[in-house]
Amino acid sequence: MWKARPEDNKPMTSNPPQPSQTGAASSAAASPTTSTTMPPKDNSKPVPSFSERADVGHIGKSVVIRGELTGNEDLYLDGDIEGTIDLRDHKLVIGPNGKIKASITAREVVVHGRLEGNVAATDRVELKKSCTLIGDVGTQRIMIEDGAFFKGAIDIKENPQRSKPAAPSFPTGAGSSMGSSPAYNAAPASQGSFLDPK
Amino acid sequence: MGSPNHTFLRWFRGGLDSASPAHKPVPVGKTSRRCTALGDFIRSLRPLGIGNEDEKLRILDLGPTSPANIAFLTGMGLHVYNEDVLHAARDPQYRSHNEDGSEGMDLPRFFRENLDYPQGKFDAILAWDVLDYLPEALVGPLVERLAYVLRSHGALLAFFHTKDAGADLPYHRYRLIQADTVELDPRQGFRLQRIFQNRHIENMFKDFASRKFFLGRDNLREVILVR
Repeated sequence: MWKARPEDNKPMTSNPPQPSQTGAASSAAASPTTSTTMPPKDNSKPVPSFSERADVGHIGKSVVIRGELTGNEDLYLDGDIEGTIDLRDHKLVIGPNGKIKASITAREVVVHGRLEGNVAATDRVELKKSCTLIGDVGTQRIMIEDGAFFKGAIDIKENPQRSKPAAPSFPTGAGSSMGSSPAYNAAPASQGSFLDPK
Repeated sequence: MGSPNHTFLRWFRGGLDSASPAHKPVPVGKTSRRCTALGDFIRSLRPLGIGNEDEKLRILDLGPTSPANIAFLTGMGLHVYNEDVLHAARDPQYRSHNEDGSEGMDLPRFFRENLDYPQGKFDAILAWDVLDYLPEALVGPLVERLAYVLRSHGALLAFFHTKDAGADLPYHRYRLIQADTVELDPRQGFRLQRIFQNRHIENMFKDFASRKFFLGRDNLREVILVR
């Protein structure tokens, strides 16, 4: 008869070695299922959103402010603000619960909630699909998502630091295309579009 | 059912049930169409000074907020104003009751809070087809207000559906794609209220210096009106 080998004496099992029995480090290399479950743990390390960043001021949705709001840091507003907001070279995000009635000056303004007032942004303005903006916007670039409600004027200002491009061409015939504008081609309309300064 | 004219009048007065056999399927999805008047409309801005960096021309878009339109128009160097008058007209705060109990509109309040601009503020207006969908009480006053805010020699582009378009024609958002092409994006929530005959249009815009009609094959009349 055949001489039994030592490993044949082990009980039969259909299960592969379990990671818990062999240690996490080795199992990560041995088991494909384990290796696929590990990365989410790594990815679950929260990448702080804008509102969670330590260097961003945060005004929550239960806060009501009447008056002048100025600062030298990025700011996330989710409350009820009425007055003026001046952040100069910083970014302002109006959260989905934000109800703002104010004139705003900032480098960059992102609106998820409701804003009534004029916006002057030295860099760009972003209107998310959930936003309502009633007021005039002056900025170098603007991005508007489909679904955003906007009532007011938009003035795209030229960046004085940039060299002036060639003058835009205008259609001379019915078949002429205005699509040659780089701003218009920058992004699909359904997603919104960034407008470069002319 | 009666004669076609009778049927049309019943529909015009809101007497036809949308679930009736005459109900046509509403087209879904975006379509694009050539728009001859749009090219003429844009060209009409050139004598007004389009491309002047110091004094940008002002254009008023009466349609829903459209990233494509804003991109297109600002790309042309225009100062863009957007007022979705249909959306505003639906706001219950502007509803009022007439002496006979019928429902009306608080027009003074509506125009205090919408289209409140000085005389001759705009060089051009994109009215699209909003006049076909507006409440009846608002049509005349709105045209008057548009004539007021449009400068002399300024141009207004409007679309009017023909009778053949049918009662179930969906409301569209118009997106500027090219100087002679618009994309139609069907939207829910608004119903065609009326059909204007050419004579109605001429009377309505009698304060305008000229009117130019383009008839499309898709039952849409494109009209350029110059103040």
